[in-house]
Amino acid sequence: MSLATLDLPAPREGLLRRLSDILVRRARLLTLLLLVPPLLWLGLVYLGSLFVFLGQSIFSIDEFSGTIVREPTTATLLELFRPANFDIVLRTVGIASAVTLLCAVIAFPIAYYAARYAGPKVKAAFYLAVMMPLWSSYLVKVYGWKLLLAREGAIGWLAGKLGLGGALEAWLALPLVGGPSLSVSYTGMVLTFTYLWLPFMILPVQAALERVPPHLIEAAGDLGAAPGLVFRTVILPLAMPGVVAGGIFTFSLTLGDYIVPQIIGTSALVLGQAVYTLQGTAGNIPLAAAFSLVPILVMAVFLTLAKRTGAFDAL
Amino acid sequence: MTRAPLSLKIAAIGGLAFLHIPLLFILLYCFTTEEKSYAFPPPGFTLKWFGVVWGRADIWAAVGLSLKVASIATVLALILGTLAAGALARARFFGREPISLLFVLPIALPGIVTGIALRQAFGLMEIPFSLWTIVLGHATFCIVVVYNNAVARLRRLSPSLIEASMDLGADAFQTFRLVILPNIGTALLAGGMLAFALSFDEVIVTTFTAGQQSTLPIWMLSELIRPRQRPVTNVVAVLVILVTFLPILAAYYLTRHGEAVAGSGK
Repeated sequence: MSLATLDLPAPREGLLRRLSDILVRRARLLTLLLLVPPLLWLGLVYLGSLFVFLGQSIFSIDEFSGTIVREPTTATLLELFRPANFDIVLRTVGIASAVTLLCAVIAFPIAYYAARYAGPKVKAAFYLAVMMPLWSSYLVKVYGWKLLLAREGAIGWLAGKLGLGGALEAWLALPLVGGPSLSVSYTGMVLTFTYLWLPFMILPVQAALERVPPHLIEAAGDLGAAPGLVFRTVILPLAMPGVVAGGIFTFSLTLGDYIVPQIIGTSALVLGQAVYTLQGTAGNIPLAAAFSLVPILVMAVFLTLAKRTGAFDAL
Repeated sequence: MTRAPLSLKIAAIGGLAFLHIPLLFILLYCFTTEEKSYAFPPPGFTLKWFGVVWGRADIWAAVGLSLKVASIATVLALILGTLAAGALARARFFGREPISLLFVLPIALPGIVTGIALRQAFGLMEIPFSLWTIVLGHATFCIVVVYNNAVARLRRLSPSLIEASMDLGADAFQTFRLVILPNIGTALLAGGMLAFALSFDEVIVTTFTAGQQSTLPIWMLSELIRPRQRPVTNVVAVLVILVTFLPILAAYYLTRHGEAVAGSGK
């Protein structure tokens, strides 16, 4: 069979063809042309407004007139270190750490089972069971917890039925973690956050565990290590990058949230709420911008540390 | 393969139950006869709240606005995300890393920072709040979802397919239409559906870019902060679960066989 019998359409002529030739020959030009629209959107509109907003943290507010004084000063940034403001920062970082820890503890068995014991069918079912809550509506999930945590809600009812009503009361009577009811306590807030971000922890931990070479575990066993020792010295260190990768999500998502603390939580402010009130009712944009820098800085530090553990390969 | 220890099995299944039980409770609560509290167990069951929601014009207006915003934001994200993925999937050039970081930034930074920044920018440029201000905010973080899906598929697409197409005389546009698009089609569809679900559900950025307009999540948020119509909120919550559930399930089935892309075997 000769090539001549192939019925190919003749190459197109004209402007379009010439344009195509230029693009194919000059790959860099093509890349540039492809990049222009998304870069205009994100670089100009998004990054532009971001810089304008965050940049105002070097301005201050006139205490009498409430207007913004457009002169560079470090006063606003230093205000973050006033005890009342610094407490907000510490409180938020504390909550985010508790949420991250709890997420890791709950996520690990799920990820471990899915990565090491589940067959293909069970693994697919596990994946779907993690993805569905991940993508379901954020507000609906918060609402579910409001129902559960309410004084007259299901958790209180269940505790009563199991004869644990006293234990629940005792827990709520504790300082710090307690409160009038679960729905207005740190316990409720941490539980809700943990629920919201748990899938973000499961997925990278599972990915990291799946990359642990099976013969490494066999070798450890052959050399006489008991299962517990294998877990502690081989599996856990190799899974750590996955935990850190998941922690990036659980930590940063908790740092920036202001909706959950508004619905479930105490009257003490967290970072997100502070930013929200400052830009809204207080009208203090410079301090709001300064507060917004905190989660960004905390995450920058977190990410630098995470990079060293190799967490980015586990994403 | 060895069998899993019982304690691990219990912990894993318990963890998954933790992920699903709250959603089941919402479903249960839409049938409750109790109007004033979240009393458990519900004192009785009724179907009347579905009828009540059906007759509420304000809820349907919010649903309509949310659907409109999500559709436009998804189309914009599909165009911009695909372009970005096309540029960054294989090319190596100076500044590539910062640019890919820029695409991820809108979901990496707290939503509240994005929201306030956009609101400030609208204020400075004296842009009044409208459907388009909401869309602008949503498209910004939907781009990355499409980008992630498209870039993963493009990297698996063998370059020799594109070379073959060109060798056979197709120009760049024909190659895109006849070779590249059919190969990344399902990835784009999946990315689009996830972007739609993300936009339909978004509340944090929207509170800053909506002004007086009410999308469905904004309506729900006001009910969460000051519950006035609990039974109606229960039903709306279940409707939201259904609207986001279907596209996500579809996206999963579309990308499930992602490894089996033409040309990936080489």
